[in-house]
This record gives sequence, C-alpha cells and structure tokens, in this order.
Amino acid sequence: MTVPILKQRDYLIASIQAALTDADLKHLRDALVAQVGDYRSRGVIVDVTALDVMDSFAVRTLRDLAHMTRLRGAETVIVGIQPEVAFAMTQLGLRLEGVAAALDLEEGLAYLDSRVKRGGMTRQRLEG
Amino acid sequence: MPGSETTVVMTPVVRDESTSGLLRELVAHLRQNRTQLREEWARRITEAKLLTAMSPEEVFAEATAVYDNYLEALETGSIEALETYARNLSERIIPRGVETNEVVGIVLLLRDVLARSLFAKYRRDFEQLDHILDAYEPAANRIAITVSVGFVQERERVIRQQQEAIRELSTPVLPVRERLLILPIIGIIDPQRARQLTEQLLRGIRVNRAKVVVMDITGVPAMDATVANHLVQTVEAARLLGATVIVTGLSPEIAQTLVNIGVDLGKMNTVGDMQGGIEEAERLLGYRVAPVVVETAAAAP
Repeated sequence: MTVPILKQRDYLIASIQAALTDADLKHLRDALVAQVGDYRSRGVIVDVTALDVMDSFAVRTLRDLAHMTRLRGAETVIVGIQPEVAFAMTQLGLRLEGVAAALDLEEGLAYLDSRVKRGGMTRQRLEG
Repeated sequence: MPGSETTVVMTPVVRDESTSGLLRELVAHLRQNRTQLREEWARRITEAKLLTAMSPEEVFAEATAVYDNYLEALETGSIEALETYARNLSERIIPRGVETNEVVGIVLLLRDVLARSLFAKYRRDFEQLDHILDAYEPAANRIAITVSVGFVQERERVIRQQQEAIRELSTPVLPVRERLLILPIIGIIDPQRARQLTEQLLRGIRVNRAKVVVMDITGVPAMDATVANHLVQTVEAARLLGATVIVTGLSPEIAQTLVNIGVDLGKMNTVGDMQGGIEEAERLLGYRVAPVVVETAAAAP
C-alpha cells in the first residue's frame, strides 16, 4: 500500500493510514526525500496516528528519513505517535534521536512554522 | 511499626510436678507414634479439603515441621519457638492464598488427631486419661491460639504493607496552565511504579495537549541506575508525543549518585527547584509573568 503525499504550502504531509510493510516504508522514505527536492519543501510531516505498532525497522526508517530530508533542506516532524507506542518504543530502546515529534498534525504544522520562520529571518538578514 | 502489633498475652501456666510429668509422658507417646500420627493428620487435612493451594508433598513437609514444633511446645510449655515458626509459616503460605479458616482448621485437626491417639492409649484407665487430658487440653488450646493469631497478625501486616504501596502509587498529573502539566513524585520509584507513572504521564499529555511537563522529584528519597534509566525513558516517551519534560528537585545526594553511576542525563532538561521549573516552562511556552503593582503605581498619579 502506498502512502499518499500531500503538498501543503512549503510542507509535504504523508499520512499513514494502515500498517505498512518494510517495502512500503522504504518507498515512502524514498518518495519523500525525492519530493522535498522537487517541490523545494521546507518541512515534512509524517502522521503515524493510525499505527498501533512500530517496530525497529519502522523507527529506523523514519529516523533515516528525517536525517536525509534535513540534508536536503527540510525539517521532518513525526506526529501522532500513540502513548502506548511511545511507551513500547522506549521500553524496547527504539529511539528517534534528533527527530522532532509532535502530538498531532496541528502541532506539527505549528512546530514547522516556528522553525521555518526562524530560518527565513536568517536568510533575510543575510540578504540585507 | 512499633506499637501497632497486638501481642498475645498469655497467662503464665503454673505447672505442677504431676502435670509436667504427664505431659512428658504423653509427648513421649506422641513421639513414638510420630510417623503414623503425622500421616493420619495429613490424610485428614486432605479429606477436609484444606490447604488446597499447596501440593500434597508440601502439605506433608509442613505437617512434619508443625508436628515437631507442636510436640516441643507441649513438652516445654514454651510457645516462643512455635510463635516464630508460625510467623515464618504464615509468611510463606499467605502469598499462596491460604485462608484463615484453613490454618485454624489444620491446627484443630492436629489437636483432634493427637487427642484420639491419647484416648486409644488410655482407654482402659479412665482416671489416668482424665489427668492426661487435663494436662493436654490447655497446652493444645494455647498452641492453637498462638498459631491462629500469628497467622492473622501476619496477614494484617501484609495488608498494611500493601496499603502503603498503594498510597505511594498514586501520582497525580496536574495541569497548571494551558499546555503545562506538573507531576510531583513522592516516594520510592520501583520499575512497576515507573511504568504506571509513564503511562499516566503520556495519557495526561494526550488529554491536556501539553507541551511542557515539570516533573518534580523532591519527594524521591533515593535513586539508582534502574530508576534513573526509567526517568530517561519517561522523558524520551514524552518527547515522542511532542512534550518537553523538565526535571526539578534533584537533591545533592541524588545528583551525586547519578554522576557516580554515570547515567547519561545529557538529554534531560533539569532545573533546581519546582519554582524554577515552572518559570522555565513558562518561558518555553512564551508566557511572561509581570507584576501588576508596577502598572497601578504608574497609573496612580
């Protein structure tokens, strides 16, 4: 099952609706990393609200995705991790180091707005 | 808990020479028939469907120990050893779900089994039997009371202990401002409590849509590597829900312990006390607390 990627202003939003296979996850990662360049996006939001299980592969793929998009100029934020999933992840030692997380889509957008605005200001200063 | 334990006050038994002699005699008889009487007792325990939580082997092993202690108490008239044993036994069998009626039941069964044996031995001499029972019955009753009371006391101790544990477990997650929660932790954190705490916190973050949580551990007396790692995990789990955790109230001792064990608290946001923690949280949330007095003073003239 492929995950639809929506473009919204400067951001790409991928909302995972059902459990994904490892291949689907890789596909999602590759598609997002590619589209960040195509649309010159500044941020990526991956919504995992519908996932009630996250295994080590999924966590690693999401972490890699975040690091890859950052290298291509976009901040990634994972939103909607369920409390049980968060608890299980920490119990299993699955860490999303260096990856931003937010409660839900709204919070994720607010987070990206604050990050991107700051980045924008730096650019203005540089241009000025 | 000193003072709360009810002690069984037994009137010291005045034993005259003949009673001691009789008791010695009957104990010798009971020792002689140890194997047979013990088996008889174990059989009656099984028949009465007592101690069903234990296996027949266990019942028999306990029966042997109780039997020997029982005879000793009969012989010496001292119930101290039996008291200790009864407490010890209760400690072992209470977690197995053994009920008070079962314990009282088995002790009374032993009393009956031994009495029957005495009847059988002295049936021809009623006067002697009378004397023997005069000596036997008070001693046996005292033993029965000792064992039962010991069991009940032990049970009460377990209940008190559990109540304390429950009290310690209640950890409230309180909203202080929009998107700001505080979590004051009082008492020892063990792995089970740490788990419950994390679950409660995550639920609280979700429900209150919190962005910042101030976790105050002033009331935590001690911390070791396990607990510290639980804290790190809790902080990490909260972060996955998009909330920042500020830990406050680390005592000098705890700080020293953590540095000595080498727990990586680098990712943890720590502030000295709860007040500082809340101020830091307000800063993160973009609040600015300003005194009202200044404005009124400026507006007054």
